[in-house]
Amino acid sequence: MSARGRTLLFLVSGTGLLTVLLIGLHGLPAFGDFHGVLSHAITTRELEARHATDYVTALNFDLRAFDTVGEEAILFAAVTGVVMLMRNMREEDHSERRRRADRHRFQGASEALRVQALLMVALLVAFGIYLDLHGALTPGGGFQAGIVLAAGPAVVMLAGRYLTLKRIAPDWMIEVLESSGAAGLVLIGVGGLVFGGIFLHNFLPYGTPDELLSAGTMPMVSVAVGLEVTGALLLIFSEFLDQSLLSSTRESGEQ
Amino acid sequence: MTVLQVSALAIVALCGTAIVLNPSPLRQTLLMAILGFALTALFFAFQAPDVALSELVVSGIALPLIVLSALRRLADQNPEGRGKESSGAQAEPPTQGKH
Repeated sequence: MSARGRTLLFLVSGTGLLTVLLIGLHGLPAFGDFHGVLSHAITTRELEARHATDYVTALNFDLRAFDTVGEEAILFAAVTGVVMLMRNMREEDHSERRRRADRHRFQGASEALRVQALLMVALLVAFGIYLDLHGALTPGGGFQAGIVLAAGPAVVMLAGRYLTLKRIAPDWMIEVLESSGAAGLVLIGVGGLVFGGIFLHNFLPYGTPDELLSAGTMPMVSVAVGLEVTGALLLIFSEFLDQSLLSSTRESGEQ
Repeated sequence: MTVLQVSALAIVALCGTAIVLNPSPLRQTLLMAILGFALTALFFAFQAPDVALSELVVSGIALPLIVLSALRRLADQNPEGRGKESSGAQAEPPTQGKH
């Protein structure tokens, strides 16, 4: 089909879709006009009883913590798949290329980028730890904190050489980080099973609201999820980076 | 719908259109990071700070890291005969078939 034919088809079907969409959106209630009974019951009774002030994270890490365990298992399986594929794709005699890749100075990085990257490392790590510990108190939580913390070593790579990234975040450490996060989450659930009879039961004392050690097991779950997401993203990133740096001397078509 | 929400929606629509109309994958990646910023502002304007934070970190950190590494890998697989003007990431079909 020619480009003009495609554009014509899009215009016709796009107009039809827009009409149907506008008709459908016309009868929706206004923004903020919500009458859900279950959500009102949950937010006014359950979450307040647990002395958590960030209801979204409290739902993720306490009331629906089983879904979070499933999500972490998905992330773990995905990263395992990526690592298995990428490490299998590396060639056997890559030692010389590996040394060349390790000496790879991030070319084209101006001084401004390197200085800014150095500043960003401290900010990212501090903000990531803040988000992680205040999971149940302020917007944020384990997942966001994990990705912000994973950006720290990645920015180190921008600021210096690739070898520095490998030295501060070696493969074995990232793997231990991710596995301990995933295992920690399941162990907290087992702790709920042991002390409360229900998997992922919130068995720690709730404390006073707005303190770091409040809302039971929510800070612990937040830290565990943060550890796992950090490890997962760093593992993915270092595998992708290995591939892109090691392949710079590879001929096309050779695998 | 306040002015802030409407303008955030308009900026998101503009960014999305700009991504689609751009031919180079490298520029599209940068535009996706900018779209992430616009979506963060949108979610914040609609009173969802958790979602805004998730969108910011995913679209600003995780997505560019992975996509740029993949683009670099694909670009290195290009034969040297391709001009410097290449749009960055299109590997040849015969090469692709050997994976």
